[in-house]
Amino acid sequence: MKLYWKYFLIQLKSKMEYKASFVLTCIGQFFVSFQVFLGVYFMFRRFYAIEGFTYQEVLLCFGITLMEFSLAEIFARGFDLFPVLIRKGEFDRIMVRPRNEILQVLGSRMEFTRAGRILQAVFMFAYGVYVSDISWTFPKILTVIFMLAGGMAVFSGLFLLYAALCFFTLDGLEIFNIFTDGAKEFGKYPVSIYGKRVLQLCTFVIPYALIQYYPLTFLLDRGKYWYSLLPLAACLFLLPCFALWKCGVRHYTSCGS
Amino acid sequence: MKQYPFFKVSRLLRLSRLRKYIAFFRLYFTMGLQYRTAAFAGIATQFTWGAMEILMFRAFYQSTAPDGIAGASRFPMSFAATASYIWMQQAFLALFMAWLMDNDIFTSIMDGNVAYELCRPIDIYNMWFSRSLASRCSRAVLRCMPILLVAVLLPAPYGLTAPASLQAFLLFLLTLALGLAVTVAFCMLIYISTFFTLSPDGIRTIAMSMVEFLSGAVIPLPFFPDRVKEILELLPFASMQNVPLRIYSGDLSGYAMLRAIGIQAVWLVLLVGIGKLLNRAAVQKITFHGN
Repeated sequence: MKLYWKYFLIQLKSKMEYKASFVLTCIGQFFVSFQVFLGVYFMFRRFYAIEGFTYQEVLLCFGITLMEFSLAEIFARGFDLFPVLIRKGEFDRIMVRPRNEILQVLGSRMEFTRAGRILQAVFMFAYGVYVSDISWTFPKILTVIFMLAGGMAVFSGLFLLYAALCFFTLDGLEIFNIFTDGAKEFGKYPVSIYGKRVLQLCTFVIPYALIQYYPLTFLLDRGKYWYSLLPLAACLFLLPCFALWKCGVRHYTSCGS
Repeated sequence: MKQYPFFKVSRLLRLSRLRKYIAFFRLYFTMGLQYRTAAFAGIATQFTWGAMEILMFRAFYQSTAPDGIAGASRFPMSFAATASYIWMQQAFLALFMAWLMDNDIFTSIMDGNVAYELCRPIDIYNMWFSRSLASRCSRAVLRCMPILLVAVLLPAPYGLTAPASLQAFLLFLLTLALGLAVTVAFCMLIYISTFFTLSPDGIRTIAMSMVEFLSGAVIPLPFFPDRVKEILELLPFASMQNVPLRIYSGDLSGYAMLRAIGIQAVWLVLLVGIGKLLNRAAVQKITFHGN
């Protein structure tokens, strides 16, 4: 953990060397997700509700999902560059060091520019909290924290899975964007609105619903009590991802160069 | 030696001039066709995207607002037309996505290699234009067929329906070409702005998200409030995917359609004109950044 913190500081410092570029990219990020928000806004100007959710509740959902995703992206985006590491043969260097491989890959890159997006997510969440009349009790605050932790775990698991698959394909699978960027894009609405099938898929295959829809219904006093614990169950998703990664490391034969 | 009459020579010259750019188009078109695995990934992604988007619109369609009015009655176009719009949009995504730009052009401007291009007896604007057209077309050709095929086979309100009439289909093709040209002409402005800013990233990200939103890629323009829609329809961004997709789905017809096609043509001429002027200015006062 200490080592990871050190990586974190080094990355942060190196990014701060180019302050202007950093700020500009942050603003760019802000714009990119701002148009998604505008899309939601204009849809609700016309329809006022979606499957029983109001505009404020959707903003709450959108804010949390975006926060989960962006936080995971800051910390786990190192996996995104993993195909490059593999192809350049740099993973050999990582393996000979007497430290955990995952830690080193994570440390290789962090995406601090996502801060712009987190800022927006926080705004939306705060606005959602402000206008919806949720009575905040301790279990509910805890649920939000669980959601953030579980969300980070699920998205990090997906990034890990993406990297693990590179061991077998030697190249990034672009198709994987469906699960990461797609989840960010369509996670703006509670998963249940996409219909029963999608909800089942998002509960049992990739646990998006566990970090978003179910705990959200608890926050809005519509769900059962134990829904608030589901984000923790979602953390189990990391296990198969980790297993595949381990399997990949064992099968790894360097591609040289 | 045989003497050619003057007019014939000039005509031949003009033909050969065009031929250069056709050659560029063919070169980049065949190059683009090589990326088949990438196309497969693109098809899968676009298909999921389209399906999820339609499910989202369905959710709005089925919902009842707190004031008791059903979402269905607030829909600005029929549900089948919305589904067709989304499938056509996904199938021809490569033609209109603003962020599909040629990175080689940006790097050639930034590292100074564009100087070699400027030495050649070609017009750099026309060359880049035909290059961008070609790579967009090849991507679309590779991707559109599987998506269209599956979308046609989907059950009634969710699938792709046939165009309203043969005439609508022909006009769809015409406006598709116009819309593509407007998109490329707009992207040319961003390429050329790199001559002045030397760092494309900032302008690019902001311009791209602006184009996406205002052109109807995030939500179709009819879903905007009427007042906003009226203004957006005059902007160049509405002349990109909005017109052909809405003509196909039958949402745009009659006088409104003719007006939209007129606006497309005007913007195409304007954007190309501005692009060429800026390009000339840029090339004249350029400093090359060699390395």
